[in-house]
Amino acid sequence: MRPPAPSQSAPASRPGAFLRFARPLLALFATLLFGLIPSGCRPRPPADLVLHNGREPETIDPHILTGQADGRIGSALFEGLTRFDPVTGSAIAGLAESWSHSPDGKTYTFTLRTNAAWSTGQPITAEDVVWSCQRAVDPKTAADYASQYFYIENGEAICNGAETNLARLGVIATSPRTVRIQLTNPTPFILELLASRVFAVVPRAAIERYGDQWIRSPDLPCSGPYTLESWRVNDRIRLRANPHYWDAAHVRSKVVDVLAGDSPHTALNLYLAGDVDFIVDKDMFPSELAEALQARPDFHRYDYLGAYFVRFNCTRKPFTDPRVRRALALVVNRPRIVERITRMQERPASHLVPFGTGGYTPPAGLEPDLPLARQLLAEAGYPDGAGFPTVEYTFNAESKLHEHIAVELQSTFREALGIRIELRPLEWKTYLNNMSKLDYDMMRSSWIGDYNDPNTFLDLFLSNGGNNRTGWGDPEFDQLIHTANATLDRTRRYELLAQAEARLLHVGAPIVPLYSYVGFYALDTNRITGVHGNLVDEHPFSAIGRLPR
Amino acid sequence: MNLLRRLLLVPLLVWIVATLAFFLMRAAPGGPFDRERAPASKEVEAALKARYHLDESLGRQYLRFLAGLATGDLGPSFKYRHHSVNDILAQALPVSLTLGWLAFGTALGIGIPAGFLGAVYRGRWPDWGGSFLVLAGVCIPTFVLAPLLVLFFSLKLGWLPVALWGSLPQVLLPTFALGLYFAARVSRLLREGLSETLRAPFIMTARAKGLGEFQLLLRHALRPSLLPVISYCGPMLADLLTGSFVIERVFQIPGTGAFFVNSFFSRDYPMMVGLVIVYSALLLLLNLATDLAYRWLDPRVRHA
Repeated sequence: MRPPAPSQSAPASRPGAFLRFARPLLALFATLLFGLIPSGCRPRPPADLVLHNGREPETIDPHILTGQADGRIGSALFEGLTRFDPVTGSAIAGLAESWSHSPDGKTYTFTLRTNAAWSTGQPITAEDVVWSCQRAVDPKTAADYASQYFYIENGEAICNGAETNLARLGVIATSPRTVRIQLTNPTPFILELLASRVFAVVPRAAIERYGDQWIRSPDLPCSGPYTLESWRVNDRIRLRANPHYWDAAHVRSKVVDVLAGDSPHTALNLYLAGDVDFIVDKDMFPSELAEALQARPDFHRYDYLGAYFVRFNCTRKPFTDPRVRRALALVVNRPRIVERITRMQERPASHLVPFGTGGYTPPAGLEPDLPLARQLLAEAGYPDGAGFPTVEYTFNAESKLHEHIAVELQSTFREALGIRIELRPLEWKTYLNNMSKLDYDMMRSSWIGDYNDPNTFLDLFLSNGGNNRTGWGDPEFDQLIHTANATLDRTRRYELLAQAEARLLHVGAPIVPLYSYVGFYALDTNRITGVHGNLVDEHPFSAIGRLPR
Repeated sequence: MNLLRRLLLVPLLVWIVATLAFFLMRAAPGGPFDRERAPASKEVEAALKARYHLDESLGRQYLRFLAGLATGDLGPSFKYRHHSVNDILAQALPVSLTLGWLAFGTALGIGIPAGFLGAVYRGRWPDWGGSFLVLAGVCIPTFVLAPLLVLFFSLKLGWLPVALWGSLPQVLLPTFALGLYFAARVSRLLREGLSETLRAPFIMTARAKGLGEFQLLLRHALRPSLLPVISYCGPMLADLLTGSFVIERVFQIPGTGAFFVNSFFSRDYPMMVGLVIVYSALLLLLNLATDLAYRWLDPRVRHA
């Protein structure tokens, strides 16, 4: 065995050894340090407009995307027969210049613009429209929004595999410039539907050639006002105006940078520092600063099609009894939630369909009535809450807001009805999983309308609706919705829908609506033009531009 | 030989970690395609699962994953549907590596002089000043420090950009914010190590021989005192190079930090497993590098 080297002798025995080793190390370190800086930093010419779009898009394939941030890019690149008006958000002519419909409202004929063209300069034909629709509804494409085709002849059958011939879809090219759409019912909101992304016209050749990666393929033909110039995940997408777009002359900003990030505070900082012209995404509003920011002249409030509500699991005791559900709905203090917790000037709503949806007037739901609530609870067998089992209130835990509302509801139910509620915060995917499996007692819920018509909220609760998720079903409610949607006269149709909504809220009460959403956007109107608050929260990029100073 | 054996162990350990990550991710409730909106039809749902092979048995999926891994293909991202995991890593890793390396430089550049001065002037004002900074650096979390830096240097003074990545000025604040905590740790380690060395008998011998103070400190005392710092450098570098969720979020930097956290929440299985592979390989290799550095610096290890 060797004796251990005496530690003190080693350093002294070779003076300078440290520096001898350190010098090459330091040199390597310095090279790496300064060598790496340029690789991470590539300066690019500035854009004409910089938008903060919220989260990184998961996909920008217009048929597959579901998120709002994704949709804004999808719409910038691809257009359908109609598109959203930048001011009102209602449907206006897109690739189609005009249309007409049959007296029964079931057949629409669209005429394409003569100057409708791909960004490559090729004309966009009726065949392109038909192929795009067939792709979207084909189950192989796996588009979540394929359900928007259920209003079109054979749309549902193709989507659920009952009909395998895509050519049987009720979207037919009758000439190179005309498309006929055959509906199963007179669908009053069909023009709004056609403006949604899942009806956008997409390039067949690129998709057939590149498959899943088609959207990042070189020289991608686009049908919308912009083309995709570059894309760095979690950083930015750069859009460049499509020179062959039919309305290219009115595209205000030629180069648009669309930033992606998920911190509202950073988005605000970027805006305050002038690096971002406009924060498009309403989720990028730091709710902790709601009161301070609302006072600023460059923060603009708008109502939009979103409803916050609570679901009851109608297949689980004690919520199998509608009297119990109604009793709970009758004690909720909505103004308190809006004033003390959300604090964004939301409108308390005892009804599901938000105010102003498609010009519809929602019926009043269950307004607070404590004696009636107690009476209903007693009738259900739980006088003063006696014998009422402890139930759970499930919510997704990402936002403090949901937690605060949960605590508020917990104390309301305890004080008013003597009911004990336990809180069950879940991480997002677990929450969604529990919702779809009906594994909950009560659950925080919300819904954002897909188009500006009350049907987008009411048809959720059809007995066989995939998004019902309460286990509740009522043939009479279903019948009212179906009759309404087969009715041509708008006034009569809205009456029927209001009857259905009243039945949902008063008789079935599988849900307790709390409030309708509002959005805020940050924008200095002295600097930027072309942004208008509207119910569908649509702000086409092509209309937005910097004002000359 | 020992080194070679350890180098050969790296792939084996990475494979074990990757396998664990693969199965643990799939044990979490909910799946990548669970969304608020129900799928349009059962056929749509089935087509989606088939496209990503989620309809196959777990064993088959694992074999598919191994086959991909063997060719260096980590698979498609389930969340970012037009990007493969390799695409995303190719974009995000250089950013995180740059930021991490710069922060490493900051940590050593601030930490070593501060620790050195603290030990040499032990109990006097440079030590107190240094200790205060160290304490602040260790105690103030980055999610507080970073916004404060932005508030002061960007929004109030307007000297530096508030966020984003792409130019030299944009690099400064995140580098400093990320490096400060580590600088504090390094400084503390060196101060303790150097203080102890200065009390060692061989220092007294060196002094007695009449060695100049400067030569004594730099040549004789510093070298053994750096050992704790060196052993900390491995994990520190691994931590820094793989990206910081907080800093990348505050400064909206397109690195890997965000993916680390978000790919779990979105059940982006391949992305998560890919990152775990990168992280574990980096950690193992850096630990190996630390041991090598030890050999250089400490003859006791070299001759053991």
